[in-house]
Amino acid sequence: MASTILEMRDITKTFPGVKALSNVNLSVEEGEIHAVVGENGAGKSTLMKVLSGVYASGTYDGAIIYRGEECHFKGIHDSEHKGIVIIHQELALVPMLSIAENIFLGNEHARFGIIDWNANETRTSALLKKVGLKEDPKTLITNIGVGKQQLVEIAKALSKEVKLLILDEPTASLSEKDSQALLDLLLEFKRQGITSILISHKLNEVNRVADKVTIIRDGRTIETLAKKDISEDRIITSMVGRSLDDRYPPREPKIGEIVLQVKNWSVYHPIHAERQVIKGIDINVRKGEVVGIAGLMGAGRTEFAMSLFGRSYGRRITGEVLLKGKPIDVSSVSKAVEHGIAYVTEDRKTYGLNLIDHIKHNITLANLPGVSRHAVIDDLRELAVANDYKAKTNIRSSSVYQMTGNLSGGNQQKVVLSKWLFANPEVLILDEPTRGIDVGAKYEIYTIIARLASEGKAIIVISSEMPELLGITDRIYVMNEGRMVGEMAASDASQEKIMRAIVRGEGKAS
Amino acid sequence: MSTESAPAPKSGVAEDVQQGPRVAVSALITNLREYGLILALIAIMVFFQFTTSGTLFKPVNLSNLVQQNSFIIVMALGMLLVIVSGHIDLSVGSVAGFIGALAAMMMVIWPLGPFSNPLVVSIICLIIGGGIGAAQGYWIAYHRIPSFIVTLAGMLIFRGICQALLGGGSSVGPLPDGFKALSSGFIPDVIGPLMLIPPTVNAAGKTIIGSGLTLHMTTIVIGLVAVLAYAYFGLRARRTREQHGYEAEPFTLFVIKTLVTSALALFLVYQFATYKGLPIVLMVMGVLIALFVFVTKRMTIGRRIYAMGGNAKAAQLSGIKTERLTLMVFVNMGVLSALGGLIIAARLGQAVPAAGLGSELDVIAAVFIGGASAMGGVGQVIGAVVGGFIMGVMNNGMSIMGVNVDWQQVVKGLVLLGAVVFDVYNKNKG
Repeated sequence: MASTILEMRDITKTFPGVKALSNVNLSVEEGEIHAVVGENGAGKSTLMKVLSGVYASGTYDGAIIYRGEECHFKGIHDSEHKGIVIIHQELALVPMLSIAENIFLGNEHARFGIIDWNANETRTSALLKKVGLKEDPKTLITNIGVGKQQLVEIAKALSKEVKLLILDEPTASLSEKDSQALLDLLLEFKRQGITSILISHKLNEVNRVADKVTIIRDGRTIETLAKKDISEDRIITSMVGRSLDDRYPPREPKIGEIVLQVKNWSVYHPIHAERQVIKGIDINVRKGEVVGIAGLMGAGRTEFAMSLFGRSYGRRITGEVLLKGKPIDVSSVSKAVEHGIAYVTEDRKTYGLNLIDHIKHNITLANLPGVSRHAVIDDLRELAVANDYKAKTNIRSSSVYQMTGNLSGGNQQKVVLSKWLFANPEVLILDEPTRGIDVGAKYEIYTIIARLASEGKAIIVISSEMPELLGITDRIYVMNEGRMVGEMAASDASQEKIMRAIVRGEGKAS
Repeated sequence: MSTESAPAPKSGVAEDVQQGPRVAVSALITNLREYGLILALIAIMVFFQFTTSGTLFKPVNLSNLVQQNSFIIVMALGMLLVIVSGHIDLSVGSVAGFIGALAAMMMVIWPLGPFSNPLVVSIICLIIGGGIGAAQGYWIAYHRIPSFIVTLAGMLIFRGICQALLGGGSSVGPLPDGFKALSSGFIPDVIGPLMLIPPTVNAAGKTIIGSGLTLHMTTIVIGLVAVLAYAYFGLRARRTREQHGYEAEPFTLFVIKTLVTSALALFLVYQFATYKGLPIVLMVMGVLIALFVFVTKRMTIGRRIYAMGGNAKAAQLSGIKTERLTLMVFVNMGVLSALGGLIIAARLGQAVPAAGLGSELDVIAAVFIGGASAMGGVGQVIGAVVGGFIMGVMNNGMSIMGVNVDWQQVVKGLVLLGAVVFDVYNKNKG
């Protein structure tokens, strides 16, 4: 049964000035889950775009042999026609349309252009059942969470009679629970004979579901491992080309007095006025301390952080913020920044960067007075600052004049971090600082966090990856449904303890 | 003169000069959009110079060209910021018309005593223009009403008020000469003219108009000073960059750019000098262009406008007060619309109900031809100015050629589409 469904031979793809892929080979057997891993910028997404026809045949060298015949895809339509469906990291759903409308968008059950809604909805219900999503097909996409949206994307793929499903970082923005469900779904598909290619940074997931792993580094195939050879250490070594003994940098915390204290913080939903999102939270951070906030998706962590940062989220915000014991006004972003609070967003593309401008301009944006006199920008000083932070945070780019939109996720994250470091805050709130970035870049981000803490900054890290919180923080708050349901020293915390606090909290809340 | 005063090349720079041509060509290609636009303007000018059998560059015509198009360019400066910040302003033509009418009423009809002085009236009108911008910007910035809708309303409202002020279809004038000088005046020759070739005298003892050659020396001096300052500041900026160890653009390219720009500027200045000198409105425009280049390139507020247009949410979360900034962009647009209105009225010598009608479209077209993005965040002042001149030269050249007004519109439309298609194509290729 183990016939080869897909073979990509000697794929070489060049962009002006860069060789993104050179002689990459990938061979996928029918019915397996094949993981493709590699650092950001290694060329995984480019490879998948070649496969799905986003880069039309002729713009690259090499051959794609799919089910025994050589294919020349001119566009995504050609590959979908053959049953190859790719689900991108950034979901391609129309928010103001319903689930059913999205699933059959461009492929509606229609007669002479008139849509048969009943047929669409019946089929949608059947598809939703397959992916285990209990939602009305008429629900608007905007009203369901990211995890469920991902399932809708998969249902959409199923509607196209998919034979080869490609998932690009499917769990990047999912909570632990949703990720598990998604992986189970992949295993279920495997039983039904659907072949999947899984691109992921999360090695434990790869470990769990993949039959084979192909590792790509710097646009080349390094090796393909069979199930029995898969181990995290082996993969990491191949990915970064060096062995990472420790995934978290060592650190000796020197913790001082309380810097930031938040008392009885409450926030209501910006649209549903009666819904209380944050329910009386008390937290504090000390000088030189790294504090984690754990919790599931939708626990209200981002909402809490953004409401604290210049009321960027929510309404009817009440509570008290004290900086070194003195109450401060954080009612606007500029006031919060003036008081030395910085918030590094979880969504760097939407909230963090001006993607159509270069690194230099992005780095200085939150502290323009720092590079100007009498509101006139000193170009050379700005350039010096940008180069300085490029070196400090190890941003990999040809120069500081590279557009941030063309950087890999890890490097984009470093630009956002640099922006806030240059604003010289005392309290740094990092929201999912390593989401969607590769192992090597993660380590670099952890190193920066450790260095900042040793410089005496107070740091709050919000993360859905519990091992990360356990690895880099000193103290962990556990949040659930808008409340703090636990607080523990990192030294005696564990994933089980955190989960238990969440579950117990859920009991309390209901 | 820039080559003579160039510093002795250091070792690194010498290498740079050696492989100069190659580097210069690659730099030229990367900046194709910027240079391409100026080259396009030059090509269009040369084209019309031939098709109008040399009329285009005649001093009289150059003065006309400036006087006819200056208001478009003045308003394009404000529109550039509006478009870069991600908005649009459709009301500028109507606001200009309204302000022109208001100015005429204040100077000619209403008994305002000392307040009907042209200078006082102009200042009041500029303030009112700013107020109009604030009123529109308030809804856009603080209530998030799309600018397209707010300014479409403004376009209707202010055209209506303009016509009502002038009492239906009538025009109000003539406007005082002191006011008309804003558009049709020339700078005084404080140095005194220099006669190179005395004019021919006919049999009746009268000089033949247009014969001989007399230079407006103040114009020549201003032109020389401006060109020298341009070269000096360019060189100084290069040198500070190099002293701090940063690469500047290839030296060959810098020299070529400076020489070509200076030669072009001096040629135009010379043409003006053989006529009546520099038009006052050209001076006003020049100062404003320099100011806006400085604001957009060097000042924090300019940087913030670009950041806001590029990603408003990210800008807001970086501590930028996006609402206030949007309001200020529209206040600025209002003031410049008012100035545009005053320039139109001064050129016509009277206020007419149709003043500035449809000019918002020329202004917006100038900004887009100049390479601004309709999505916001991208656009250059110089681009908008060159875009404005491209429109102006085409208007002027086609009129001299006798091209029907209907077909002029068709050509202008095609040029706008072509410029933007070229831009998008270029971006996708890069």
